[in-house]
Amino acid sequence: MQEPTLYKLIPAIPFCIHSFPQNSVYQKGKKVMALEVTQILLSAQSVDGSVRKHAEESLKQFQEQNLSGFLLSLSGELANDEKPVDSRKLAGLILKNALDAKEQHRRYELIQRWLSLDVGVKTQIKTYLLQTLTSSVYEARSTAAQVIAKVAGIELPQKQWPELIGSLLSNIHQVPVHVKQATLETLGYLCEEVSPDVVEQDHVNKILTAVVQGMNASEGSNDVRLAATRALYNALGFAQANFSNDMERDYIMRVVCEATLSQEVKIRQAAFECLVSISSSYYEKLGPYMQDIFNITAKAVKEDEEPVALQAIEFWSSICDEEIDILEEYGGDFSTAVSDVPCFYFIKQALPALVPMLLETLLKQEEDQDQDEGAWNLAMAGGTCLGLVARTVGNDIVPLVMPFIEENITKPDWRQREGATYAFGSILEGPSPNQLVPLVNVALNFMLTALTKDPNNHVKDTTAWTLGRIFEFLHGSTMETPIITSANCQQIITVLLQSMKDAPNVAEKSCGALYFLAQGFEDVGPSSPLTPFFQVIVQSLLAVTHREDAGESRLRTAAYETLNEVVRCSTDETIPMVLELVPIIMMELHNTLEKQKLSSDEREKQNELQGLLCGCMQVIIQKLAASDATKYSFMQYADQTMNLFLRVFACRSATVHEEAMLAIGALAYATGPDFAKYMPDFYKYLEMGLQNFEEYQVCAVTVGVVGDICRALEEKVLPWCDGIMTQLLKDLSSNQLHRSVKPPIFSCFGDISLAIGENFEKYLMYAMPMLQSAAELSSHTSGADDEMIEYTNLLRNGILEAYSGIFQGFKNSPKTQLLIPYAPHILQFLDLIYMEKDMDEMVMKTAIGVLGDLADTLGSNAGSLIQQSLSSKDFLNECLASDDHLIKESAEWAKMAISRAISV
Amino acid sequence: MAPHDIRRPFKRAAISDQQKRRELSLQRQAQNRTEAQLQARRLASSIFSLPNQNSDPQPLESVDLIPEPIVEEPETDAGDISEIDIRQAARLKGSEARRWFASQLMLPEWMIDVPDRLNEDWYVFARPSGKRCFVVSSNGTTVSRLRNGSLLHRFPSALPSGAKTRESSRSAQSYCILDCIFHELDQTYYVIDMVCWAGISFYECTAEFRFFWMNSKLVESGACEAPSTYHRYRFSLIPVYSCDHEGLQTAYTGTVPHVKDGLLFYNKHAHYQTGNTPLVLVWKDETCSQYVIDTDNKGQVPNQQQVVLELQDNGQLVTSDDPPVVLGCLNATFIQETGLHSGNLVRFAVNDGGLTFVDGKLEKADLHYIGKVNRARAFADSYSKIVFQYMVRHSPLRIEHLFASMGTVSEQESNEVEMVG
Repeated sequence: MQEPTLYKLIPAIPFCIHSFPQNSVYQKGKKVMALEVTQILLSAQSVDGSVRKHAEESLKQFQEQNLSGFLLSLSGELANDEKPVDSRKLAGLILKNALDAKEQHRRYELIQRWLSLDVGVKTQIKTYLLQTLTSSVYEARSTAAQVIAKVAGIELPQKQWPELIGSLLSNIHQVPVHVKQATLETLGYLCEEVSPDVVEQDHVNKILTAVVQGMNASEGSNDVRLAATRALYNALGFAQANFSNDMERDYIMRVVCEATLSQEVKIRQAAFECLVSISSSYYEKLGPYMQDIFNITAKAVKEDEEPVALQAIEFWSSICDEEIDILEEYGGDFSTAVSDVPCFYFIKQALPALVPMLLETLLKQEEDQDQDEGAWNLAMAGGTCLGLVARTVGNDIVPLVMPFIEENITKPDWRQREGATYAFGSILEGPSPNQLVPLVNVALNFMLTALTKDPNNHVKDTTAWTLGRIFEFLHGSTMETPIITSANCQQIITVLLQSMKDAPNVAEKSCGALYFLAQGFEDVGPSSPLTPFFQVIVQSLLAVTHREDAGESRLRTAAYETLNEVVRCSTDETIPMVLELVPIIMMELHNTLEKQKLSSDEREKQNELQGLLCGCMQVIIQKLAASDATKYSFMQYADQTMNLFLRVFACRSATVHEEAMLAIGALAYATGPDFAKYMPDFYKYLEMGLQNFEEYQVCAVTVGVVGDICRALEEKVLPWCDGIMTQLLKDLSSNQLHRSVKPPIFSCFGDISLAIGENFEKYLMYAMPMLQSAAELSSHTSGADDEMIEYTNLLRNGILEAYSGIFQGFKNSPKTQLLIPYAPHILQFLDLIYMEKDMDEMVMKTAIGVLGDLADTLGSNAGSLIQQSLSSKDFLNECLASDDHLIKESAEWAKMAISRAISV
Repeated sequence: MAPHDIRRPFKRAAISDQQKRRELSLQRQAQNRTEAQLQARRLASSIFSLPNQNSDPQPLESVDLIPEPIVEEPETDAGDISEIDIRQAARLKGSEARRWFASQLMLPEWMIDVPDRLNEDWYVFARPSGKRCFVVSSNGTTVSRLRNGSLLHRFPSALPSGAKTRESSRSAQSYCILDCIFHELDQTYYVIDMVCWAGISFYECTAEFRFFWMNSKLVESGACEAPSTYHRYRFSLIPVYSCDHEGLQTAYTGTVPHVKDGLLFYNKHAHYQTGNTPLVLVWKDETCSQYVIDTDNKGQVPNQQQVVLELQDNGQLVTSDDPPVVLGCLNATFIQETGLHSGNLVRFAVNDGGLTFVDGKLEKADLHYIGKVNRARAFADSYSKIVFQYMVRHSPLRIEHLFASMGTVSEQESNEVEMVG
């Protein structure tokens, strides 16, 4: 047998999701840079580019030659009250960046680097930092506060710097106000950086005491009070025990509520932020305070400055979020409620007062808010909250809102008409269709008229949005009484298409309405009411994409998205028109490739447009490939389409286009084995996609496409497998690649093995140890949080899918015995998964399937092993008794395969 | 510490279309992966080799409407068809399907002595009188084929993939093959065995396991319910008993909704095996069957037992068993005079000399030549059939013998009494 090329490329790579490479050893340079640090730091902020560049070079050199000396002199600079503010600030910033980074692997390197520094150096730096807290210069103190928190974030989990909290707390009692302020700020940052479980409860108590005292109305300095209030926001996560103590909780809540009434607007805002955070962290403790909080928030919404009022509304939105989650977990079935926290129905109780308060905000719109992407004001926050309230309480909201709508919807002031329309749109999700359909039937004509005739852009925007909501929530095959009938369908579509010629923001909302209109007809059967209008809808949408101003208000995107949905919902009657769309979209895509010499701005636009067009092609191909007849009709375009995708790839040098990749996956699915002819040209982009660690979505999409290609080509994929496996194995051992991509890579192993069968033999020696180490890693998750448990499940599912594919790939092959040595570990893994009890349905289904695949492929060779395993008994029985029919189906398969393996 | 951003999406759909595209793509990939897995799982492991690609199934409609000739006797010539995988077989049409199915039924031997451990290792049930057939549901239709492979009915049924209903659209791989007897009187398919269910092959499963599944799955599927638009014929389970004293008694004398034609005995540990097997036995007497003694083609019981044997090169006359049993020999002159050839099936009457057994083995047979048999017939009689028919006419194996083999009721009970002395 030929020596596998893999061997040379990747000698014994470990599977990596948590571990990171060893930090490099940093040399301690002997050259001391006593001179002009200050000057270099100032030069690094110079307006003169060349001066700046030179300074940055010097800093870099210094850091590389002598890290300890570098950090030491920076901290000395920061601490020195005689130095200029600007050099001190930058010194602190560089220090901070030397301790933390966004990318996880880089962050880990920095942590290791700090820990390996000389203890004496670190002690000196820390002394400088603490000393800076007493500086009279605010910027220096504040910067030091952040750096201290970063160091604490590294050292406290290592049980280092035990005296830090004590010395900070002793600062609190110092006389100078600015020291107190800086210390509270430091405590705030510290609570943000450090996880609660590395701070002992005694220290937590003392920190909270200091913070809450600093917030107290009796505190004379507003600076101290503000720093304390902001610190509490971060410290709330530490206050679990204190919130369980009635007296302490009462105290904290009283101080927070008092702070919302402070003279200083920033303190009021910060205090409301604390309330918002408390509403989600301590929802179940809020009962006794709700009446007071309502009064405070109502006052703020009515009278206070906008930033404060917005936080006050956010409090109620956040309560809605909590109750929606809890009620969702109840799932309407109280007997099986698994929610940890019961619903206290705060929103329902507050409803009669809350709704009028929110309705009032709806009339406080800003001019042109619909054209401004970043806008966020009282009317928007209030309307959003009203929608959440409707979802929380359902029917009860309708009688409270209808009078407001009726009173305002015909008023001459556009604010009243818009507010009324927005209120109507907001309550369409939540109440039952029985309640809403009669209202909608009355309102629909009015809305259609408003969309064409109302003189105000803002009113038309909201009207189109409301129509979209009507179609989203009240139109579809599950509705008892249809909103859209043969009598009004034509009128609705005519109005929407007309409105798509309106201003970009209105047109965009009309596209959205059309999206949901089409979606509602998705499962209508072979004959859709949209059929007579299909052609004109498609033409109108294409016309919108060609509008000069289609770049505004994401209009072009909306038009293509709607086109996609119209295609998805096409039926046998209209599918010929979808096929006609293929050359049209291909031509559009072709046009984007013709432009030469683009500016970076133009390139970005080209890129975006190609994304939309590839997305559209993807949807079209997927739709056409779903039935044999249309699939064959599409095949005439397959070569040209693929050629265009390749050219889209070629537009970029370093990265691949995610949308084009997705479209190619659909194409592979459609063409089947014929896709083999594209592989020679496509392969390099496939490889490039698999190497894209930075844009992990691209990598993930490419991994999915590998699966598509395996299923399309089956054994014809073999010539490409060495390269693909090499990349996949590299991906798995990379610490840079986002961990979410790793489970699908394992599944992909299964796809490959299923496609190439026993030819997978040469990869076994790499894939199996990788699977094994990942399986072991996935079992060390005790005390993990929900997110980790979810990831573990995903990872295990991937591993198990790999095993399934490998076993099935080797079935009926004389090389089956190669898998026998792996069977004991795999069975142990199954037993372990079973015993840990935290698997989800997906893992359960896949795991029991693997048991069947193992028995099926290894047969009597594994008979006694299987009989000894726990999985073949308790786990199997549990799965056989499952209510989930997919689990049951897999289990029945496994039972049968085992009975064969044992009986032979 | 800057104030925290609390902006929420405004007038926006909760999910972007790009995200939707990604998710739909992932969904499609996951579904394709599952299907690829299921397909791999459904290929029977070893009993058949992998499908050879030479038999492209013909389009459904082209053959469906052609009425198929009724062939009275089974054919043997399965040819290359026998190598076809069951998954493909479910899609076979026309003559290929006939040839394949003709070779796929498990055929019982006749009970000529009582097997050991009858009461421990065997099931018994009353065999309905009617047409033995395979029922295949696949791609939204159900087809029944007689043991010679010819079509009996084409109909919609509640079996998985048995009718074109909305729910069944996704399960193209999901087909069933049931071993049934169609009972004319109540127009019901009595299911006596399950070969494939929802695409899963049961060939290599024990009877115990197959019967367990048959019982749970068939009822679940709704196939046992009264006929309706999407379910033209009712399917029915037959009560299967452990062959102890009580079970045998119930199967033998118990009231059943169908006409009985003897009793079937299944070894609990036996796999589904095509062709004749000693692990399934049929037994009958006048109490439980109208057709104990073979009739001729006019429906009359002949005076003398008749047997059909195959002529070998060397003049030997053999049964259809594998290996064949030799019942006699023709001399060369006689062969020449009658114009017989090697491979011909020849009918004989059993003369007064009858069959002679020594130590339980057939020693010789007194045969009288009648003539060549109908061309359509492809099998000689099996040894067990000849012996059973002979015994019926001379010293039948009676129900009492069966009961006696498992000891008396009191004996059985006494085994359970603990001796205390």
